[in-house]
Amino acid sequence: MTSTRRGKVVSYNKWGYIFLIPFVVVYLLFSFVPLVSTIYNSFFENYRSGLTQIGPTFIGLENFKTILTSGEVWVYAKNTMIMWILGFIPQILISLLLGAWFSDPSLRLGCQGFFKTVIYLPNLIMASAFAMLFFTLFSDGGPINSLLMQMGFISTPFKFLSNVWSARFLVATMNCLMWFGNTTILLMAGMMGIDTSLFEAARVDGATSTQVFFKITLPLLRPILVYVMITSLIGGLQMFDVPQILTKGSGDPMRSTMTLIMYLNKHLFSKNYGLGGALSVILFVITGILSLLVFKLSSRNESN
Amino acid sequence: MREVHSNGTKKGINIHARRGLAYIVLAIISILCLFWFLLLFINTTRSHSELNQGFSIVPSKYLFSNIRKLVKMGERLPILTGLLNSLIVAGLSAVLSTYFSVMTAYAIHAYDFKLKKFMFTFILMIMMIPTQVSALGFLQLVSGMKLENSFIPLIVPSIAAPVTFFYMKQYMESSLPLSLIEAARIDGSGEFRTFNSIVMPLMKPAIAVQAIFTFVSSWNNYFTPALILHDPKKRTIPILIAQLRSMDWSNLDTGVVYAMIALSIFPVIIVYLILSKHIVQGVAMGSVKG
Amino acid sequence: MKKKVLSVLLAVAMLTGTLVACGSEPGSASEGKVLNIYCWNNEFRDRVVALYPGYTKTDETHGTIGDVSVVWHETPNEGNAYQNNLDDTLLKQESAAADDKIDMFLVEADYALKYVDTDYTMAVTELGITSADIANQYKYTQDVVTDSNGVLKGLSWQGCPGVMFYNREAAKEIFGSDDPATVQEYVKDWATFNATAQTVFDSGYKIVASANDTYRTYSNNVTKPWVVDGKITIDDNIMNWVNDSKALVDAGYTGTHDLWSADWSAGFFPEGKVFCYFGPAWFVNYSMSADTEGSIGYNGGWGATEGPQGFFWGGTWICAATGTDNTSLVKDIMLQMTTNQTTMTEIVTKYDDFVNNKPAMEAMAADPDYSSKVLGGQNPLAMYCAGVDGLDLSNLSKYDQGCNEEFQKAMKNYFEGNATLDEALDLFYKAVVEKYPELTY
Repeated sequence: MTSTRRGKVVSYNKWGYIFLIPFVVVYLLFSFVPLVSTIYNSFFENYRSGLTQIGPTFIGLENFKTILTSGEVWVYAKNTMIMWILGFIPQILISLLLGAWFSDPSLRLGCQGFFKTVIYLPNLIMASAFAMLFFTLFSDGGPINSLLMQMGFISTPFKFLSNVWSARFLVATMNCLMWFGNTTILLMAGMMGIDTSLFEAARVDGATSTQVFFKITLPLLRPILVYVMITSLIGGLQMFDVPQILTKGSGDPMRSTMTLIMYLNKHLFSKNYGLGGALSVILFVITGILSLLVFKLSSRNESN
Repeated sequence: MREVHSNGTKKGINIHARRGLAYIVLAIISILCLFWFLLLFINTTRSHSELNQGFSIVPSKYLFSNIRKLVKMGERLPILTGLLNSLIVAGLSAVLSTYFSVMTAYAIHAYDFKLKKFMFTFILMIMMIPTQVSALGFLQLVSGMKLENSFIPLIVPSIAAPVTFFYMKQYMESSLPLSLIEAARIDGSGEFRTFNSIVMPLMKPAIAVQAIFTFVSSWNNYFTPALILHDPKKRTIPILIAQLRSMDWSNLDTGVVYAMIALSIFPVIIVYLILSKHIVQGVAMGSVKG
Repeated sequence: MKKKVLSVLLAVAMLTGTLVACGSEPGSASEGKVLNIYCWNNEFRDRVVALYPGYTKTDETHGTIGDVSVVWHETPNEGNAYQNNLDDTLLKQESAAADDKIDMFLVEADYALKYVDTDYTMAVTELGITSADIANQYKYTQDVVTDSNGVLKGLSWQGCPGVMFYNREAAKEIFGSDDPATVQEYVKDWATFNATAQTVFDSGYKIVASANDTYRTYSNNVTKPWVVDGKITIDDNIMNWVNDSKALVDAGYTGTHDLWSADWSAGFFPEGKVFCYFGPAWFVNYSMSADTEGSIGYNGGWGATEGPQGFFWGGTWICAATGTDNTSLVKDIMLQMTTNQTTMTEIVTKYDDFVNNKPAMEAMAADPDYSSKVLGGQNPLAMYCAGVDGLDLSNLSKYDQGCNEEFQKAMKNYFEGNATLDEALDLFYKAVVEKYPELTY
């Protein structure tokens, strides 16, 4: 009896491997090969000057030394984190607030379908088109400046993209606008998976909406919240298109809005597999450490 | 957060105030979200020269002239083919990505096997690798496999989407009880059938969510397609927009560019509306389940 | 007006008697059956479709000339996609099948030398084009595509010499006259120009919309290339631009807007209060909102004068790729499209381009009936011709695109007070080395 049972379990579990096949095959083919060549290339001098190929010449850890000693990578890592946090905090707060409201039966919000639909719409606009619109709004002669001037806050147009903090703020704002709907949808989908009888039971016990949110919704949402935190962090560290387009790739003023991937992108111009590869490896290590930190923190919460 | 808390404690006394506040905040957020579409529409009604003047909230009279020019442009730029190409690439990417991500997540979630832990950690690790990192290597690979001018390198890699996988895995953790699968097994359902007929429907909200994300990012992708698709008949919408923008100065018309951008957003909105219905339907399903 | 232009040009054509015969038979038996042309937009294609004898259009990007089929490979500029694609294809040129080889490709001035100064581009003499064939072209258009050994490797049908366009209303208000000769006195060199900036400012105008407006004019008149023996060097005239512009920006006489931004183009309208712009013929014809009621151009409110120094802006050059199996066809297209008088005439009349043909443009410059509506009835062609004559572009380098872009970006930080000059220069060096790792500073 026991032996047949065990045999059955084993035969189920082989399906684990079978179901993994498509992912593994495609990954190995389309991502692993380029990745290995990226890492391999980080030990070589290998770039293109115009139409002339330089290298590949093995130079050991020289590329890593170049990047780490210049110290720039830390500046860009700092910029990236600052802009991510500036955008992520309002983003997660709004998402949680909306999520709480939408899932609160006592509030009986009307037009929920409309609101839920609208919040994701900004993400549908291409980042480059979005930036074109942003430019006209925040230009010297744009409506924001004329509004501020009419209200008497400023006497001459404020150059939003020429000031370190306003430029970072604009990048964060645009990111937040584009992505908060995404986060809200993720959270809402998570909330929908929660057994509604739990809410009803809590209500019968006389729990307030706040109690329901913190005692039932949030704990049950934890896996999705961890997902949101980690993917936002990873996405944040990979922040590229918004600051790239808003600053036309310059990361101005004085590269204070230059992100890690924008820096990596600079090396694509010369097809610099060497430095670009080394930078990628460093990026990977940074992302890994930070993600691990979030993982550890979230699992500690769990044990509490 | 603060609002929720303070208002929550006073719950019952002023549910109306809470509701009022919620409506005000939601209204502001909705305006912030819809404003861009209004602006896009207004810019579509303005001529190239008017757009040079900068912002205006007043629509102008060039809407039909811009559309007419865009239609005329359709003779030189394969706009309809472009829309179709984008639909194929984005649609198939979304389908493949969600289906196989659920499959991969299910493998890790529902089965116990030796390499399970390793595979999970491995996929999480590769999630942390920025896609731009291996962009150059990917392009080399594509040209090495002679897959230029083909949709395959734009569609097939979406089968291995670590981020989508991770979401599916987390979602399963919160709302796919293993007892359900056990029950199916007792009923004699094969593993593959269980996956398709029980797991997939239960994952509907999560699938809809990730399908939207994948569709939109694939629809708006310019970088890789621009370097892979050279045949004009294979081009996707973002490439056509870039082509409109790199017209020489005598032909450049920002009004037409805006019209094209507006046109390109319609299909995404439709797909989004269809899929978001499934997310809302998920609510009903959840309650049935409960 | 167009008919008039046509007749003048035809007269010139007959006078100079250089009607280039279509001597060689294009598409003869020994040559390839496919002509591959790489480009980033439809401009050149439109010209060929309309004007090249014997071109039959199949669809937008395909056609035939005789029994040769023509394929246009169009990749947009955005995100450097055009050059990335061209680079990869050129590098595979040698091993490519004959019908897949690039036969012709187009380049712009800023990166022309990246291609021209390599063996991937053919000398025009190799194609059988003689210096007599191209004697009527502007010298600067040939400087742009001459490699470091002095070999000419491309041709252009356009001339893009620039002048200074000033706001006539403002000139009347400030100098009491909008006569080009009078205004020229106030802008005849950079010292005078900068002094005038204050006068203009006192009347409520900015001298130019942005410091970037004058950049081209300074950078076209350098005495050293950007890179000497692998070392990045900054020419004195470029530093003059920095110092002059910093003074103008600090005093509030101009802004730091990017070209083509809404703040920059606001001066196309009277409310923008900008005194002048620098640009070539296409700029005033197509880009200054002259078709919109209320713009300065609509009311013929611009005047043209030579300004402090000559410069050019824009243009497209045709290069023949080494390894082409259609040499005689490529040669014929190059000659037809850049030297044939009838074609050149048609380009002027059909597209209002400034063509790369001295006698034609000089004849039009002398034509009392030719006038520009946007310029209030002025005939500016003589000024274009004069400005471009003095241009010496022997100091271009294959690093120009990166250097010019990064220099303006870096200096913006200095102008706006976000960096000292040294910090901004450091940023420039850093950015250039990122693009061209082999360089030092």
